[in-house]
Amino acid sequence: MSRSAMSCWQWRLVVAIAAKEWRDRLRNRWVLAVAVVFGAFALLIAYFGGAQSGVVGLRSAAATVASLTSLAIYLVPLIALLLGFDAVVGERERGVLDLLLSQPITRAELLIGKYLGLAAALSMATLVGFGAALIPLAPSMDGASLVIYLRFVGSALMLGLAFLSLAVLVSTVARDRTRATGAAIALWFGFVLVFDLSLLGVLVASAGSHASTWAPYALLLNPADVFRVINVFGADALRSSFGLGTLMAQGWNAPATLYSVLLAWIAAPLGVALWRFR
Amino acid sequence: MSTGASGLNAAVVEIKGVVKRYGATPVVRGIGFSCREGEMIGLAGHNGAGKSTLFKMMLGIIAADGGDILLFGEPVRGRRFREVRRAIGYLPEHVALYDNLSGLETLHFFTRLKSADPSRCKSLLERVGLGEAMHRAVREYSKGMRQRLGFAQALIGEPRLLLLDEPTNGLDPEAIHGFYDVLQQLRNDGTTIILSSHLLAEIQSRVDRLVIMASGKLVAEGTVTALATASGLPARLAVTPKEGACDHVRGALLAAGFVPQEADGGAVHAVVQAHHRMTLLRVLASLADDLLEYTITEPTLEDVFLSHQRGTTWVERAA
Repeated sequence: MSRSAMSCWQWRLVVAIAAKEWRDRLRNRWVLAVAVVFGAFALLIAYFGGAQSGVVGLRSAAATVASLTSLAIYLVPLIALLLGFDAVVGERERGVLDLLLSQPITRAELLIGKYLGLAAALSMATLVGFGAALIPLAPSMDGASLVIYLRFVGSALMLGLAFLSLAVLVSTVARDRTRATGAAIALWFGFVLVFDLSLLGVLVASAGSHASTWAPYALLLNPADVFRVINVFGADALRSSFGLGTLMAQGWNAPATLYSVLLAWIAAPLGVALWRFR
Repeated sequence: MSTGASGLNAAVVEIKGVVKRYGATPVVRGIGFSCREGEMIGLAGHNGAGKSTLFKMMLGIIAADGGDILLFGEPVRGRRFREVRRAIGYLPEHVALYDNLSGLETLHFFTRLKSADPSRCKSLLERVGLGEAMHRAVREYSKGMRQRLGFAQALIGEPRLLLLDEPTNGLDPEAIHGFYDVLQQLRNDGTTIILSSHLLAEIQSRVDRLVIMASGKLVAEGTVTALATASGLPARLAVTPKEGACDHVRGALLAAGFVPQEADGGAVHAVVQAHHRMTLLRVLASLADDLLEYTITEPTLEDVFLSHQRGTTWVERAA
């Protein structure tokens, strides 16, 4: 978007749209429900995550975050996709979109306002949910453990925003809610299940040859894998437990690179959605 | 925003040769008309004639494939059109609002989008008869109440141009009467109003001019009287002769050039072309002692509309 176009933006209109989306999610208790789900899962995993090995109770932050990462990879994208898939197509199908577009607001302002409102709701649920779980965990954490946990919460937030961005893109492109629902489910399966399995299959079929050259790049094509790398690679002891994650070449797991890739996953689908919505 | 050089009576809407296609299907085919300040225009046409599409193009919601649309002298695109939109109120054909908001919250939301004065929301709701229901959730509103809320939304910011797509859908007769009272006040204040309606009898006496669309084309435009005259639709005479005077009445009508037809109850009907009306008056005057009653029915707006849609006259259809 050009500087001149940005200067014409009326942010109070963006805020008005965002505030409505945010208020709707507060009012229908969506934020509360998701926060409770996140918090409950975080506590359950923290206390019972080691039950398989016969240990019950609080474990190290690294072990807890590793377990939470596996959960968050399934849960956070799903919740983000559910939150955003009908942001535009739902309004179009209900007939509200024409009324909104007849107001003195541009399509870009409307879409960004919707995204920001939904993002605020998702962020609040993520921060409150995982943040609340920190209260009982904090006494047993040292400074390093706290950093690991906060890094997990921050990256989970970015993972959610990336999938929310994808959901808004789907909502902008889809002709109706049914198609949008199908596309959102397909995205979830694709990124969370199929991508890793396919990659693993290719690696096994090729007996791992040349894997060290292209596999790290391939992981960057999936925000869920980037999230996994951010949270699992910080704990060297757990590297060997996470198959594909161990493929990451040295240098590519630099935090700046990984967070930049997640930021790109937030910005790129939203940018395409803006382009399509115009 | 430009109001035109002449101020009052300046062209508020100018539509020139507007074309819209959905894929290969033409929906609007070279429509053109204009409206002046304070005019109320009726937009009539069958379902799918292109009325709603035209409204959406006028609002810049969808782009025209050809032609020009100017509102207050500004094209319906670009940065300046945002300011023009503040002066437009729009009521879509299917009013969809947010069920989880109350009526008052709904107006507050749209007021923020229009940068209008939020303190006017309550009075707007009272004006459309929703004063007592303003705090109730929209999900509890009846269809008519939603329609009235949609109308109140269209009135936010005191618009100078109102685009109303089937505005009386779902309203009861009392609400329709109140609705047109409000429109009349707005028109008196200089607001330009374009409304589409299938209820032609309802708008017949209320609009200044009528634009008739068929299959995306403008087929007729003008005042109701001018359209009726131009379409050459005849009036219809019904007389009830006194006992024993039937043959005399029939003979007098026949002699004056009318073709009498028997009807139920001893009544006699005849078609009266526009250029024969003075002759009819003279004949009726001469038959004053032979008639119990007589009625002359003028063609209605619906007759004019249908004659343009079907190419047949109302008398032919009645027959």
